Amino acid sequence: MGKYIIKRILIAIPVLIGITIIDYAIMCLAGSPLEMLQGPRVSQSALEAKKIALGLDKPFYVQYFVWLGQLLHGNMGYSIKSYQAVSDMIGSHLGPTLLLMGVSLIVSLLIAIPAGIYSAIHQYSKGDYAVVTFSFLGSSIPGFFLSLLLIFLFTVKLKWLPSSGMTTLGTEGGAGDVALHMIMPVIVLATSMAGSNIRYIRSAMLEILQQDYLRTAKAKGIGRFLVINKHALRNALVPIVTVIGMEVPTLFGGAVIIEQVFSWPGLGLMTMSAIMNRDYPVIMGVCLLSAVVVLLANLITDILYALVDPTIQLD
Amino acid sequence: MGKNKKGIKDITSESYLQTIGRRFRKHHLAAVSFVVLIILGGAALLAPVIAPYDPDAIVGPFSGAPSREFWLGTDQIGRDVLSRLLYAMRISLLVGIMATLISTVIGVILGLVAGYFGGVIDMVLMRFTDMVMSFPYILLVLVAAAIFKPGLWNIIWILGFVDWPGIARLVRGNVLNLRETNFVKGNLIAGMPLRHILFSEILPNTVAPILVYATSVLALSMLDEAALSFLGMGVQPPTASLGNMLNGAQSLTVLTKQPWLWVPAGLLIVVLVMAINFIGDALRDALDPNSGRNS
Repeated sequence: MGKYIIKRILIAIPVLIGITIIDYAIMCLAGSPLEMLQGPRVSQSALEAKKIALGLDKPFYVQYFVWLGQLLHGNMGYSIKSYQAVSDMIGSHLGPTLLLMGVSLIVSLLIAIPAGIYSAIHQYSKGDYAVVTFSFLGSSIPGFFLSLLLIFLFTVKLKWLPSSGMTTLGTEGGAGDVALHMIMPVIVLATSMAGSNIRYIRSAMLEILQQDYLRTAKAKGIGRFLVINKHALRNALVPIVTVIGMEVPTLFGGAVIIEQVFSWPGLGLMTMSAIMNRDYPVIMGVCLLSAVVVLLANLITDILYALVDPTIQLD
Repeated sequence: MGKNKKGIKDITSESYLQTIGRRFRKHHLAAVSFVVLIILGGAALLAPVIAPYDPDAIVGPFSGAPSREFWLGTDQIGRDVLSRLLYAMRISLLVGIMATLISTVIGVILGLVAGYFGGVIDMVLMRFTDMVMSFPYILLVLVAAAIFKPGLWNIIWILGFVDWPGIARLVRGNVLNLRETNFVKGNLIAGMPLRHILFSEILPNTVAPILVYATSVLALSMLDEAALSFLGMGVQPPTASLGNMLNGAQSLTVLTKQPWLWVPAGLLIVVLVMAINFIGDALRDALDPNSGRNS
């Protein structure tokens, strides 16, 4: 088991390095942030001076190693726009995003797992069709459209829910307030995630339900409840774990648009403005962070697989 | 396909395509979706013929409500919404299909090469695929859009280049399986040229899963194009796309008082994507020889 883990980690390292290189290379194509800082009336010499101060005149591979060294010291550079430390910026924006993502993931699983299982067990029933249609709907609606609809309904017409930010302006906030602000973004995120999750879980359960060992269990006279919950479900854990593992990269992505629409002060919002401003230390920091998180998530998923189904270690 | 003695259709002598067709039609939702797609696709293709007005021409009042003259009203600067919708559907479908084509071609080639030649080539290609897959999709697309300036063809290329890893993995897996089969080994012994083995023996046998995956790529690409255009980083005005028609809805007045400006575009996206998804799902069941109780 330990060998398996070490093998996985060793494979991940070159991928990690490759990621930083790709990341950096993309940034170099990105163009100069100087264009954003200065207006059209600035003289050439002022531009040059600024360039040297920012260290942009050294060849790009030197810049890469300088950056890498800094990174290993925990310094992710400073935003070219706001001069804040990138690690600080990410730190302060990470919390809200994690909160939103975590809650959405849990809600979507709470919806998807029972729905997928129910749908598989009662295949071809009306309930099954309803669930399948809902799941298709959920994964076909563009996030921003659903957000607009919800805002229209709940904020404008009914005036029940706030539609932007994390806390009401001018107040202290507090858990209840945050929760209220979170309802709509979470609904949007959870719906689209649940949409695809339901489909995976349903087809995984369908496959499992046809297996012979379940027929044996039924023939042995084990009650239906036990058959499903003890025997079938244990095997369904593998696809469920896959699904959770796959959601992690999506979480970072889906966040960006939703955070824009709801002005939720998280990583997505910060990244969008960094991209608009060509603020490449920030962009690189976020990309790196997400790629590392994805790598870690895959690693953990692989390890969890080995735990849940020992035969997988034989690769 | 004649009828046997009991008057029931005799399916034992139908061709492969007929089998797929029959199993496909059993999924009522998918059959309906197919028809819907043909109608919408036809409308999009025939847009220049059936659109009542030129989508870029200013023909009416600012933000006029739907009326007999303008069936879906007019937008903020007076263009007919219905015509813009038809042309927007064209653009969005074009982006989706082209991006899917590009990523499929890249993915198939890389997958074939990696799967067939194995060894170092395989490892290098798969590591590279892992790297690209690790980046959150949207970040890559947004950053690329920011760098290369938004625009119709840029978006197509960007989306195409970001979607290929999934297909490559899929194809590689299939190739690895097929490589061990007897008929491929027979080809090798007979000394058939590489090109023949790859393209006439292996590829046709992996077409089914590729097709199914491609439909989900198509659906995703359309959603992504909509999202990008909504954020202003996709198709640029004045060209209409279903996404950028929703852009106006960010202002409160449009959102609340002028729903005809954005609701139809959004609904169209939902319908199109849902239809594509249903068809993909039915295709998967129809093409898979092991699919349980159906047929």
